[in-house]
Amino acid sequence: MKAGDKANKRHETDERGRRKNAAKRARALLEKKADSMPVVAPVDGPRAERIVNADLVSPAPRGGIVEVLQQRYLLRLIVGRELAQLYAASLLGLLWSYIQPALRFTIYYFVFGVVINAHGDMPNFAIHLFCGIVFVHYFSETWSGGTRSIWSNRNLVLKMRVPREIFPIASMVVAFYHTGPQMLVLMAACLLVGWHVSWAGIVAGILGALILVSFAMAMALMFSALNVFFRDFQNIVQTVTQFLHFMVPMMYPFSLVRDLSADHPWLYQLYMANPLAEAVLLMQKFFWAGTLGPAQEKFSREFPPDLYSRGVIMLGVCLVLLYLAQRLFARLESKFPERL
Amino acid sequence: MTESIVVDHVSKDFTMQYHRTLKQVTVATVRGLPLKENFQAVNDVSFTVQQGESIGLMGLNGSGKSTLLKLINGVMRPDQGTVRTRGRIAGLIATGAGFHPQLSGRDNLFLNGAILGMSEAEIKNKFDEIVDFADIGKFLDTPVSHYSSGMYARLGFSIAIHVDADIFLADEVLAVGDRPFKKKCLAKMQEIRAQGTTIFYVSHATASVRAMCDRVLVLESGHLNFDGDVEEGIRYLQYDDDSETDEGLVDGELGADI
Repeated sequence: MKAGDKANKRHETDERGRRKNAAKRARALLEKKADSMPVVAPVDGPRAERIVNADLVSPAPRGGIVEVLQQRYLLRLIVGRELAQLYAASLLGLLWSYIQPALRFTIYYFVFGVVINAHGDMPNFAIHLFCGIVFVHYFSETWSGGTRSIWSNRNLVLKMRVPREIFPIASMVVAFYHTGPQMLVLMAACLLVGWHVSWAGIVAGILGALILVSFAMAMALMFSALNVFFRDFQNIVQTVTQFLHFMVPMMYPFSLVRDLSADHPWLYQLYMANPLAEAVLLMQKFFWAGTLGPAQEKFSREFPPDLYSRGVIMLGVCLVLLYLAQRLFARLESKFPERL
Repeated sequence: MTESIVVDHVSKDFTMQYHRTLKQVTVATVRGLPLKENFQAVNDVSFTVQQGESIGLMGLNGSGKSTLLKLINGVMRPDQGTVRTRGRIAGLIATGAGFHPQLSGRDNLFLNGAILGMSEAEIKNKFDEIVDFADIGKFLDTPVSHYSSGMYARLGFSIAIHVDADIFLADEVLAVGDRPFKKKCLAKMQEIRAQGTTIFYVSHATASVRAMCDRVLVLESGHLNFDGDVEEGIRYLQYDDDSETDEGLVDGELGADI
């Protein structure tokens, strides 16, 4: 209470909002500053009338993601800036984003493929594993980068008018920069062992990509806004991304999870409720199953029986989630300036 | 004449958070201390500015000038009321532009220009002009974190003034520059004023305001208490304390408050 009283006393004002000592302060200030700026006479001649071909609109429109996509030049600059900042004063630069997944791949392959031999007689286990690593990496980088994005760009957020969604979206593009080449490596590996691309595979690939992008975007938007209020969120995200690799079928075959459904149906449903697991399965359908050729039938147990219908439903869920995330972001956004 | 800025019954509240961590919040709750306090930075302010008008915004420190500019520029949204503007807005608010410390002056120039709504071609066209005006010479490719505060302000101002905006906002940013540069900036502002740009100029320097502005707004603790002629505004601000003049001014204020 004491602190409040003190503050009130200091800000005591009359009915016009004039503080008690205002007159004294004003005179002092004016005396001190009267000469602080030079006087420059107006330009001679008549003043031109400027015709502005625009409507009277709010200076802070609620354009959301759509507005960001209209300002592609700005997005490009911000992405370029993020990349430059990530590799400032680093000798290996962009190479770091390949070393990490490569190491992870090697270790998982050794432990799960060679030591534990989790995959049994599954062929092309390396592709099965790498497929998961690439897309999980894409998701976790978008999510964790997006979560930090508003906070780390507070200089801009506080002083310039930009659609603030641009920062999480830029994190997503940055993540794509890192994982894009890995996807090429994945494709090259598939072609090397013989890749049969089928229509069913392409549909799975597109569906998986859409789920991945919309889910990652929704999470990045939501957590970037929450992180402004409590920095705990970036630690939460960091912790959860550690577990993501184990929550999708990549180092172990999906058939093990499927066997689980008999005894623990709810556990199976919980596992499948993860959009990331669904996306990785769809991607494996496209990449890994494509490399099996005619033997594909033999490994139909490596996918859920309702892979496609689940995929469509999951995409719907993710789009709703994205919409809700945008709504939440727009609500929290107006409080950003005072919390940063 | 077209309306350039319409501010309609605008208020902006801030929540001051006293405690950050869970521990502090718990301790404060147990002791019965206030957890947060609301503070109204701008209180029911309404005014209209025509295109080409040059407005001097005056008031003591903490009277809500910067907040009002931020509302006009779109960095903040009002809690009540509406702000509407016409055309492109540029300017500098609260000492220094939004620069990124690790990026070079050149990169920041492009980024800042793009945020202010310039296209790539536009920035490239004006690049030399901006660099010349900012006069940062060989430091263009140095990260801005190594800039002196004067250089920082010079670059920021130079970008903003070259945007070809319809509305230009100048907060007390120029205070850090040296005198010749201030003079150069004000001359440039007079130039764009002559071209019909709407100008918002925040300053305590009465003589400078007199030369630059057609109209003065005075904010006091978030209330817009004076809106009108420059001379009267400056006199109003000086609080000629004897009640006679005070009465006269209240009438003047009412008359001007449309």
